[in-house]
Amino acid sequence: MSENIIEVHNLKKIYPKNIVAVNDISFQVKKGICFGLLGPNGAGKTTTIEMMEGILKPTSGKILFKGELIDKRFKEQVGIQFQNTSIQDFLTVRDTLKLFLSLYLKVKPLDEIIEICSLHDIIDRDTKKLSGGQKQRMLLGIALINDPELLFLDEPTTGLDPQARRNFWELIRNIKKSGKTIILTTHYMDEAEVLCDEIAIMDQGKIIVQEKPEILLKENFCGAFVTIPYHSDYERIVNTLNWNIKIDSNSIQIQCVDIDEVLTILLRNKIPLTGLKIDEPNLEDLFIKLTGSSLRL
Amino acid sequence: MKKFLAIFMARNKEFFKDTGTLIWVILFPIVMITGLSLALSDNNKPLYKIGIIGTYNESADFFQTKYLQYINYDSEDEAILKLSHHQIDFLINIHKNEYWMNSDSSKGYIVEKLFEITGYSQSFIKHIVTGKAIRYVDWVFPGVIAMNIMMNSLFGVGFVIVRYRKNGVLKRLKATPLNSFEFITGQIFSRLFIVVTINSFVFLICNLFLKFVIVGSLFNMLLITILGSFCHISLGLLFSCRFKSEELANGVINLVSWPMMMFSGIWFSLEGAPSILSKIANIFPLTHFVTALRKIMLEGASLTGVINHIIILVVMSVVFLISGSYLFKWDEN
Repeated sequence: MSENIIEVHNLKKIYPKNIVAVNDISFQVKKGICFGLLGPNGAGKTTTIEMMEGILKPTSGKILFKGELIDKRFKEQVGIQFQNTSIQDFLTVRDTLKLFLSLYLKVKPLDEIIEICSLHDIIDRDTKKLSGGQKQRMLLGIALINDPELLFLDEPTTGLDPQARRNFWELIRNIKKSGKTIILTTHYMDEAEVLCDEIAIMDQGKIIVQEKPEILLKENFCGAFVTIPYHSDYERIVNTLNWNIKIDSNSIQIQCVDIDEVLTILLRNKIPLTGLKIDEPNLEDLFIKLTGSSLRL
Repeated sequence: MKKFLAIFMARNKEFFKDTGTLIWVILFPIVMITGLSLALSDNNKPLYKIGIIGTYNESADFFQTKYLQYINYDSEDEAILKLSHHQIDFLINIHKNEYWMNSDSSKGYIVEKLFEITGYSQSFIKHIVTGKAIRYVDWVFPGVIAMNIMMNSLFGVGFVIVRYRKNGVLKRLKATPLNSFEFITGQIFSRLFIVVTINSFVFLICNLFLKFVIVGSLFNMLLITILGSFCHISLGLLFSCRFKSEELANGVINLVSWPMMMFSGIWFSLEGAPSILSKIANIFPLTHFVTALRKIMLEGASLTGVINHIIILVVMSVVFLISGSYLFKWDEN
């Protein structure tokens, strides 16, 4: 039986002027997994994660950490990387890590943190002179400094270039291997697909679904997507066929089970296959299907 | 203690590595003192200051003389001390028919001659005091140092904590086991260490070439400097406890610091000032800080001699610190 490391029960956050950021949500996170909290900007995922971190007070509801309400000991056992954070100016990466090392009772040796987060090359650099990827690595180091059981990562790769994102994913994969539980919020669906064992999709303060990504995709899609370039003649033809289609100004997307049959019909109707694409459904497709909107990045 | 030291050291490193600010904080008072010293090196003001004890007859010839300023004193000892420091040029006790002049003062000699010419001196007994002149730069220096400490404290704590709150440093620290008391004490003692160290250095540098008149104990001056700094740092903390915007914090700190700079007796003596001005000045911690520091430095007062100022500074510090700690919020939410 897998144990839940953290449980959220009927959590609600209402900001002044009656703005409901999080609307009565409940979910559990199993120990040792990477749990993804997905959704567009403004969905309520950062508010949710900050309530779980103990940074924000919920309007109502409760959060249990290892079966108990969170208390003073909680901060010693969790690591947090915020979406936007600054650290004191004019300090080097080493100074900054040492500062945070002094704030916890139980800590990981500095050398190990440097090793895990690949900080060797920047350890004596002024934190102001770090690139986006380097800064995120240092902030991850701070989050790991107390060797936490549970790690919160709030949109850790937002704004990073593709190479830095992939390097960061590698660090997270290694942390996962060490058995830590990770709660990750992101609006990058590819990131969630690569890293998360289980996801919850939020929109407008509510959790729409929560499951393993592969199960969600299986439940919501069958087959693949065949996409052809848009043309008004093609649109007229595919509209006469009884297919599940989605049309925009650039393309016509056909969701199908039997790809061969679709291609045969297209050729029979003299629709050229030039520019045709065949894709497996992914989390972004799932998100669009479930929320009825594209990601609001 | 470990957490307090970590915050203390981190803040010190942050400050001392910010070389631009460091140079400014040291240079500003030195440049100001040097400028004042040069600008006011000529003490030949066209005004003679006469200390008066008792009520005088304004119609008497001597008191009709132009360009004489009369300052009333209740205490003869205090007035004699002022005369010995050349802060007044002549002293008359109307009740006792006695007068005092400083034999080291050329201005005192001239006023005595005027006193004699007008025939007013005949029934008065003459006393002579001696004493080295206190230059304006000696008098103004404790004020400039106290003002520098006030600015460093209010902006160094008030403004910096608001900046930390705005850019998320406080939020990051809140996520650790550090509590607000440990954070606040770390910030206060770091700033106290910085301002006392820097201003002691400024004092040493200025004293090297200006050779200030220092009558009192250097140790007592240091104690008052620490207390005055602590009081203003606590006031800075009070300003920083809730503000979310640097602009607002800047505005409020300026709103408080400018009247303090103008009316706390930094640039001119509050003696002889309208009573309303003296009452307003007594509200400001800077007034008590400057007055105590000046009394120790120039008049050789002991700590008991400035105990009323010490008590006021201690009470203000406690009120500011408790209110600031109670109202302190880590983040903007």
